[in-house]
Amino acid sequence: MAERLLDVKGLKVRFATEDGTVHAVDGVDFELDRGKVLGIVGESGSGKSVTALTILGLTRDRNTRFEGEVDYKGQNLLQMSESRLRDVRGNEIAMIFQDPMTSLNPVYNVGDQIVEAIMTHEGTTKKDARRRAVELLRQVGIPNAQQRASDYPHQFSGGMRQRAMIAMALSCNPDVLIADEPTTALDVTIQAQILELLDNLRADFDSSVILITHDLGVVAEVADEIIVMYAGRVVERGSKRDVFYDPQHPYTWGLLGSIPRLDRPKPKKLHSIEGTPPSLINLPRGCKFRPRCPHAFDKCQEEPELKNRVESAGHLDRCWLSVDEKRGVRDRTISGEARDVA
Amino acid sequence: MLAFIIRRFIGMIAVLFAVSVMVFIVFVLIPGGDPAERMAGKNPTPENIVNIREKWGFDKPIYVQYVRMMQKAANGFLPGKHGEYDILSSFQNRQNVAAEIKKGIPATFSLCIGAAIIWLFFGTVVGVFSAVTAGKVSDRLITTLALIGISMPVFWLGIVLRYFLAEKPNNPPFPDGEYVPLTVDPVQWAYHLILPWFCLSILFIGFYGRVLRSNMLDVMNEDYVRTARAKGIAPRRVILKHVLRNSLIPIVSLFGLDFAAVLGGGAILTETVFSLKGVGWYAAQSVGDLDLPPIMGVTLYGAFFIVVFSALVDFLYAFLDPRIRPT
Repeated sequence: MAERLLDVKGLKVRFATEDGTVHAVDGVDFELDRGKVLGIVGESGSGKSVTALTILGLTRDRNTRFEGEVDYKGQNLLQMSESRLRDVRGNEIAMIFQDPMTSLNPVYNVGDQIVEAIMTHEGTTKKDARRRAVELLRQVGIPNAQQRASDYPHQFSGGMRQRAMIAMALSCNPDVLIADEPTTALDVTIQAQILELLDNLRADFDSSVILITHDLGVVAEVADEIIVMYAGRVVERGSKRDVFYDPQHPYTWGLLGSIPRLDRPKPKKLHSIEGTPPSLINLPRGCKFRPRCPHAFDKCQEEPELKNRVESAGHLDRCWLSVDEKRGVRDRTISGEARDVA
Repeated sequence: MLAFIIRRFIGMIAVLFAVSVMVFIVFVLIPGGDPAERMAGKNPTPENIVNIREKWGFDKPIYVQYVRMMQKAANGFLPGKHGEYDILSSFQNRQNVAAEIKKGIPATFSLCIGAAIIWLFFGTVVGVFSAVTAGKVSDRLITTLALIGISMPVFWLGIVLRYFLAEKPNNPPFPDGEYVPLTVDPVQWAYHLILPWFCLSILFIGFYGRVLRSNMLDVMNEDYVRTARAKGIAPRRVILKHVLRNSLIPIVSLFGLDFAAVLGGGAILTETVFSLKGVGWYAAQSVGDLDLPPIMGVTLYGAFFIVVFSALVDFLYAFLDPRIRPT
């Protein structure tokens, strides 16, 4: 069995704000084994980025409260001292961010920013670090890496900047790479290249990847396991096969339905999930998706727990509907017909 | 880069030319009447007036008048109000404006360079400290102090400082009185300048501290600062290398212009309150006497520094921010 790298148990993150307590993450569990790709899917405000930032301790603040555990190779990162955690950041767990246009410091050249990451964690000479930085840039597909390393971020295109970010994240051979919406700010053609690059590098560097996105199409390419988040909690979790071919939660259906598809008849309009995500300060009672769910019924006033309800053992969901009911209405919901009838 | 420097240099010349034209217009065209009569002073002889008119070209077209005045200004002559233009022989001290300004430069430079170092250093310290501790008691305390510093009028602060620390009987801690040249006695030079330095810099410290604080708080929310933290860089290094470096860029332009303004005679209140006979003091005296030529001279002198320093700021900017570096 592959080595278990991360084990997140009952993670809760709350922010105290002037308007009240924001329940950004409200009970998230997952595990990550070496070499695997975990996709975290959800819309804005579902808590996926906060989960990722919390793993690295980047949400630590005097107004933030944590519960649960984030075990990395047996050590709880939530309890770890800031200075010890700095040795983990960038070194053992690295992260790349959504917007490559703003994620690199504009006043330092790209090579120096990678060198800084290397020299923070490894006692190499600047010359060696620079050589490594150039090599990394070459590996992520930057042409003329030797010269381009001396360029500033504004001289790079968006796709190249994201490649540079990936080179920086991989510079210390991390065990876990967290990619937070790595392709959202990029052109579709570049998106595919970046995803492919991530997947290849994962194999080359023997890292695990947590891929965060709002786009199921993105995780469909590379993820082994998928968790779907809504309002700070996991609503469905399973292998890629489970989630794509036997989705159990109406929210997942909504996400699947909102992917434009060429292999289906052209719909009158592009589907979207009605309504907006709930306020994380005043969460609805019961199932958090109830106000937007076309299949809500009385029982949804109580919150269902995340558990296995189908044949496939690792496939969990949070929905009161019976499996047969779900399979009955699912396809029509995904294609948008159910809503038209309602 | 060379093209940029040349362009900037031509721009400097153009601005200085425009300022000199305006100064000339103010002197010759606006006050009305015959400038030659004004320059000739009380009870002039008719020959005297004709003589002046000829020498300064007041009977010639305006552009000739302008050229002559600038030629004379370049040689250290500006038309005086007390009589002859032939300043070297008769009313030397009153009239050779360039020489007067030159005499004031050591005091002004000593005051301004010293104060600028103080305000830049403490302004940065105040800004960094309050940004790092934003929201805490120490930040509120320092913010209050900065606001007090900004709100205190220089003339009031200067007089209070001078009265309580330099003039009161029973051994005041600081010397009262004038500027001691650096070349004469460096210790006394600094000792005499401590109060004026403090007085001039206190407003700038408060102001720069506030500006830097808000710049830094903005930059701290930038994505690249999050990237730096995610790399595992220590907080001190994140602040100094990633936050401060980017926050200082706007401060540079602020500093360039403020420093040029005080060097160019803008420290009028501080120089006057502490009887530092610098350029600002000279300007204040001239304004008090309604003596136009020195005002013209100081204006040109001040414009020179503003223009030179704004060009320097541009160069420094290009150095600090690669995005605006000309290629």
